[in-house]
Amino acid sequence: MSAIRDLGAWTLNSIARWGRAGIFLARTLAGFAWILRRFGLVIQQVFSVGVRTLVIIVVSGLFVGMVLGLQGYNTLVDFGAETSLGLLVALTLTRELGPVLTALLFAGRAGSALTAEIGLMKATEQLAAMEMMAVDPINRVVAPRFLAGFIAMPLLAALFTAVGVYGGYLVGVSLLGVDAGVYWSGMQEGVDLYEDIFNGVIKSLVFGFVVTWIAVFEGYDAVPTSEGVSRATTRTVVNASLSVLALDFILTSLMFD
Amino acid sequence: MKNKGIVEFWVGLFVVAGIGALAFLAFQVGGFSGDDFGDTYQVEARFSNVGGLTSKAPVNMAGVRIGRVSAIRIDSNNYDAIVEMSIDQRYDNLPIDTSASILTQGLLGSQFVGLEPGGDDLYLEDGDEITLTQSAVVLEQLISQMLFSKAEGDEQ
Amino acid sequence: MSEPLLQIKDVHFSFGENEIYRGLDLSVHKGQVAAIIGPSGCGKSTLLNFVGGRLYPNSGSVICDGITVNRLRRKRLFDLRKRLGMMFQASALLTDFSVFENVAFPIRQNTDLSDALIRHLVLMKLEMVGLRGARDLMPAELSGGMARRVALARAIAMDPMLVMYDEPFTGLDPISMAVIVKLIREVNDTLGMTSLVVTHDVREASTIADYMYLLGDGRVIAQGTPDEMAESESPDVQQFMNGLPDGPVRYHYPAPEYADDFLGGAA
Repeated sequence: MSAIRDLGAWTLNSIARWGRAGIFLARTLAGFAWILRRFGLVIQQVFSVGVRTLVIIVVSGLFVGMVLGLQGYNTLVDFGAETSLGLLVALTLTRELGPVLTALLFAGRAGSALTAEIGLMKATEQLAAMEMMAVDPINRVVAPRFLAGFIAMPLLAALFTAVGVYGGYLVGVSLLGVDAGVYWSGMQEGVDLYEDIFNGVIKSLVFGFVVTWIAVFEGYDAVPTSEGVSRATTRTVVNASLSVLALDFILTSLMFD
Repeated sequence: MKNKGIVEFWVGLFVVAGIGALAFLAFQVGGFSGDDFGDTYQVEARFSNVGGLTSKAPVNMAGVRIGRVSAIRIDSNNYDAIVEMSIDQRYDNLPIDTSASILTQGLLGSQFVGLEPGGDDLYLEDGDEITLTQSAVVLEQLISQMLFSKAEGDEQ
Repeated sequence: MSEPLLQIKDVHFSFGENEIYRGLDLSVHKGQVAAIIGPSGCGKSTLLNFVGGRLYPNSGSVICDGITVNRLRRKRLFDLRKRLGMMFQASALLTDFSVFENVAFPIRQNTDLSDALIRHLVLMKLEMVGLRGARDLMPAELSGGMARRVALARAIAMDPMLVMYDEPFTGLDPISMAVIVKLIREVNDTLGMTSLVVTHDVREASTIADYMYLLGDGRVIAQGTPDEMAESESPDVQQFMNGLPDGPVRYHYPAPEYADDFLGGAA
């Protein structure tokens, strides 16, 4: 009996949260008109969410590319197909690992910081103070962060992928002796601009939208206490990561049939 | 808050690096050659079987890419496959008796359309059909034919 | 007596099942410093949220300068807020901005004044709270009392008609507290404002208020000038004004009889 009631309460809660998140998103998007006239605020936020995430993205991309080079070589060499190493590294990165790992790292680094920042502003009544000063915090605080995340994600994913391809080159060509020309030409022959690279960019745009949405919503919706903010931060990382992985499956099945 | 100039400098650098990475992916990784194909004209070819040919597959002549497959459909009258190709306008002097065959890159690679020029003085124009065609070699059929004929041979 | 700037008429409000107001009536006159006192958790801050239009009562009306706040469209509400100032309990300074920028924030956001003029206005307000020299400090570098004073300067930056103070005396050392007490009265009189102070610090409220309301049980249970309140014989007022642990407001949270609870637990 009580289990049924708990389920009911949980369902109602979830629906209410989705409703709030939807209204919040609509208000944020409506705030874009306001923020586009004050683009300086967005640039500030691109610095916070983009530039500060750059180091972790570049370092991770390099290592992931190197691992792909090593594992790919060891597998391919058994079939005498190490000439396909460049293609393997490039396809893995452009289609999947670039957008997905960037989104996961972004959720952990920038997403959690966004939630904590907005949540703390709520807990310390800064958002309420803005409202009382006739400034809509959705326009002033949320919209620039949202737009910045949306701008930063595809750029970060492209950097991750590019650095990863170079990492594969370092291991495959410089270390294991695959011919450099073969590495690049195999890649260029097999990677399709639209099918692989463009779709990868689409993925990172979708991930950027979803991760940033979750991050700013969790911050704005946080219980305004230190415990509430820390919970919201955890929820951001968990929910954003799960959403990215689930969406990746859906997008992949739509794109590469 | 950080000095505004420094922030703007870093953001600018970040955007340049990101767009540079995108360009690197497009040109160096994707092999995008800029003008890919500008103006094109369409020709069709009929095949009884296209095997694993897909749209956007390359159309080559003498090993040089001169176009790509734009669409593949079925002729509902006789169930042939019709392959539409976009050929670069620069190569508008293909003889009308050019033959088309579906070939495979390497033993197990992806498939493409290979054109073999004929000797006629008339050239293919937009909307023309290539009549001399050779269908895809389907590996499974080859193998089963071979096994079949071997089995028949054993019986005799 | 002058006309009321703020009127609250028969307001009912509940958070879920928790009934906060059942028929609240009060009014604040122009030029007055009005104090709303009452025990913690009786919804004093909720009252300020009604005036600022951040919450709407379930029924009744909140009328500020002739405008019914709880029936305003968003645009009109924002116009009204430009004429209201509020000082929050936690100061609520924007952590990314310096003291100067915090005070300048409402002016920059709501007007097109030149930088030179904004500088003038901000320094004037900061001088008033004695922190002109601290303009370049960040909020994290301020003591609690200083932060409260910056928040006060920011609340009056737009020269509002009504300034609201949410627990302005809480958590301050005696000197800072005295400074805030003095400032609230001074700002109100020199700038010709009206002030609404919500607090549970009865002694400080008594020294600056022209008129006081004691809230309890979802409505006003006593009102009057500080002198009238001090001399009131009502047990509610006596308990609160003198800080007695037990009285009409019970010491014990509602519970079954102790003996019953004891025996019931054994059964």
